[in-house]
Amino acid sequence: MTAEFGLVALWLAAALAAMQLALAALAVRRDDTALAIAVRPVAIVQGGLVLLAMAALIRVFLASDMSVALVVANSHSAKPWLYKFAGAWGNHEGSMLLWVTILGLAGGAVALLERRVAERTLTATLGAQAAIALGFYAFLLFASNPFARLADPPADGQGLNPLLQDPGLAFHPPTLYAGYVGLSVAFSFAVGALVTRDVGPAFARAMRPWVLAAWVFLTLGITAGSYWAYYELGWGGWWFWDPVENASLMPWLAATALLHSVSVLATRDGLRAWTVMLAVVAFSMSMLGTFLVRSGILTSVHAFAVDPERGAFILVLLALYIGGALTLFATRIGVVRAGTTFEVVSREGALVANNLLLSVILGIVLIGTFYPIVAASMGTQLSVGPPFFEKAAGPIALALVAIMAAGPLLRWRSDTGQALLQRMTWPIAATMFAGAGLFALAGWFGALPLLGLALAAGLAVASVAPLVGRNLRRTPLFVYGMVIAHLGIAVSLAGMAASSAFTKETLVAKGVGEPAFVGPYRVVLRGIRPVIGDNWSALEARLEIQRGEAAPTLLAPQSRFFSNPPTTTSESAILTALDGQLYTVLGQADGAGRWQLRLWWKPWVTLIWFGGALIALGGALSIVGHALRDRRQKRRAVEAADAQAYRAAWGV
Amino acid sequence: MRRWLLWLPLAAFMLVALFAARELRKPADRTVYSAMVGKPVPDFTLKPIAPGKSGLALADLKTGKPRLLNIFASWCVPCIAEAPQLMKLKALGVPIDAIAIRDTGPAIADFLARNGDPYRRIGDDADSRVQLSLGSSGVPETFVIDGRGIVVKQHVGDIRDEDVAELAAAWRAAR
Repeated sequence: MTAEFGLVALWLAAALAAMQLALAALAVRRDDTALAIAVRPVAIVQGGLVLLAMAALIRVFLASDMSVALVVANSHSAKPWLYKFAGAWGNHEGSMLLWVTILGLAGGAVALLERRVAERTLTATLGAQAAIALGFYAFLLFASNPFARLADPPADGQGLNPLLQDPGLAFHPPTLYAGYVGLSVAFSFAVGALVTRDVGPAFARAMRPWVLAAWVFLTLGITAGSYWAYYELGWGGWWFWDPVENASLMPWLAATALLHSVSVLATRDGLRAWTVMLAVVAFSMSMLGTFLVRSGILTSVHAFAVDPERGAFILVLLALYIGGALTLFATRIGVVRAGTTFEVVSREGALVANNLLLSVILGIVLIGTFYPIVAASMGTQLSVGPPFFEKAAGPIALALVAIMAAGPLLRWRSDTGQALLQRMTWPIAATMFAGAGLFALAGWFGALPLLGLALAAGLAVASVAPLVGRNLRRTPLFVYGMVIAHLGIAVSLAGMAASSAFTKETLVAKGVGEPAFVGPYRVVLRGIRPVIGDNWSALEARLEIQRGEAAPTLLAPQSRFFSNPPTTTSESAILTALDGQLYTVLGQADGAGRWQLRLWWKPWVTLIWFGGALIALGGALSIVGHALRDRRQKRRAVEAADAQAYRAAWGV
Repeated sequence: MRRWLLWLPLAAFMLVALFAARELRKPADRTVYSAMVGKPVPDFTLKPIAPGKSGLALADLKTGKPRLLNIFASWCVPCIAEAPQLMKLKALGVPIDAIAIRDTGPAIADFLARNGDPYRRIGDDADSRVQLSLGSSGVPETFVIDGRGIVVKQHVGDIRDEDVAELAAAWRAAR
């Protein structure tokens, strides 16, 4: 019954989305407030219904209901419950349902909470949101029904890809989707504002929390995904420039640009057209990412559903949404009055430069991702690998870091280069000092890593500079948010540069008792033993790890065998020290009693993810900070109005 | 303001969409082509598997004479379908070596007895490792290897009647 219940809830949610779109369109067209009032509750109920559908799917998975085709294809009754739970979205249909669930919930939240933007613009926004949802409902109901039953249920399911059986993976997709969907709300706001020709600070303030939240989730998703790939895939790297990784990086880049331009629009009423454009681009990138990953157009280590028909469906959605929004943009943006102007040397100027550089990086990643696909269709096989991306995007990213350091130290509207240079004294000194010091200590280790580490030091100093000389208790929370996020970038950058410059790797074949050496560590193989898990068996190496004279510790990398479906995975074992990680992988036996061991010493690599967490924390603080300030301003406005009424009534 | 600039994003997007649509309409080619074409075969040594036939090692491919390297298995149905074509190639004088994937001696002997035996040597690749190092993703697959051990051509899937001439020509050209 649960599956049918879910399907009914899904149909009802779809019907309500259709109604929401129709109501909103009529209300905006006729400027009818009575109709507009009805849109909010419809959006809220639609969100509730789609949540019920998702809950039903999760229940079907938890119960291992083998009469549902999706469960059979992606689950197994012997699986630990967490993976049954995550299995609900660890597949094509389920992940699409999860997507539309988050979309529906976000629409409900907008309807419930949003009070800043004009009612008519909000109605148009909810209409746009319903249009997006409707496309996904149609996709689910007509092309990939997650609740389809089997007439002839098998005794048990076929399991979940073992690579996906990891707690990190259980929460990676929902996080990324929350990010994508947050951008869809920003997109809807942009469309709503274009429809009612109401592009201004109020619209930007309404959109900002969604952009920030989307950006926080994307940051978390990308950071977690990178760490997951690092420890689960056993290859020791943290970024591969794989098309699927790029699919989440591209919206992040666009969202980062949007986040900064939306701030300019919200506080200074500048960059109107540009902000709207970026909102459209950011959502386009998340749709494009979905399309790339879901259509089977690309072959990647982890492209998912390989199905051209579904790809065609998503492509049509893509054309409708993005094509429609861009047409709207082209016809309407001329009507949008230019915002406030500003000098080149100013906070706005730095933000524009930041936006342009981010766009260039986005372009590079886009080209690098699409070029092999285009080339393949012309008949040439080629792959664009990490060297291209690093060479092309690396220098621009470093220029961006320099601008990022200067931006917060500039005044709004107009400033002078001389004043900036004065405020930049310490950051520049830190950069020079760090560069010279590293060169003296470690010698020449490549231009990009050396520059990266030096700039990271400068950026770290520049990030906290806006706090210097301020009353720290009266400094708004969103300023702290910015400081922490920028500091996070500096920390991540330092981790990337240090690990790329100083990583040591050895591949050895060792018998029991023979020592190997990597970085500051001595590694001795103490034995190999079989281990049995929930639904796998493994060979586990016991590695004795010793650094200097310290007491030895044990690491236990495994080579795991899964039976459903038959697969072997490498479970790396990682020792985290204060100054880096020792990364060990167990390879094959050579038949003569020796085992392959792959050992990496990665100095400061953990800073990459620690920085990522800081960036996300900074974003979260900004959301709270802006919300608090909005509330305070509203309260002041109410108090002022009360006082005025009091004075008027008593004639004082 | 140059108004046409505003339509540029839409135009760029339409271009991408049209391209994607064209790609989707193409018959789905899920073939995984090997990156090894034009490169030397990686070093390997495989034990014999079939009675009376020696195993296969890289040295056996570097004899100065081109040959076909057929990747097959007794449990693979398309391999049965391609067996007559392999016999034709053998009759044309093309030397054929083979790698058996995840197979057993008796099963191979049975397979050869039923479908004919075009092979000179058969290596036993019990865990597909050599197959993977060749960039092959399934059975059957056939590689044309020149006398220096360099992969000249890859044929994915079973050899149909119409492929025989092409493979024989590739073998001849490699001489």
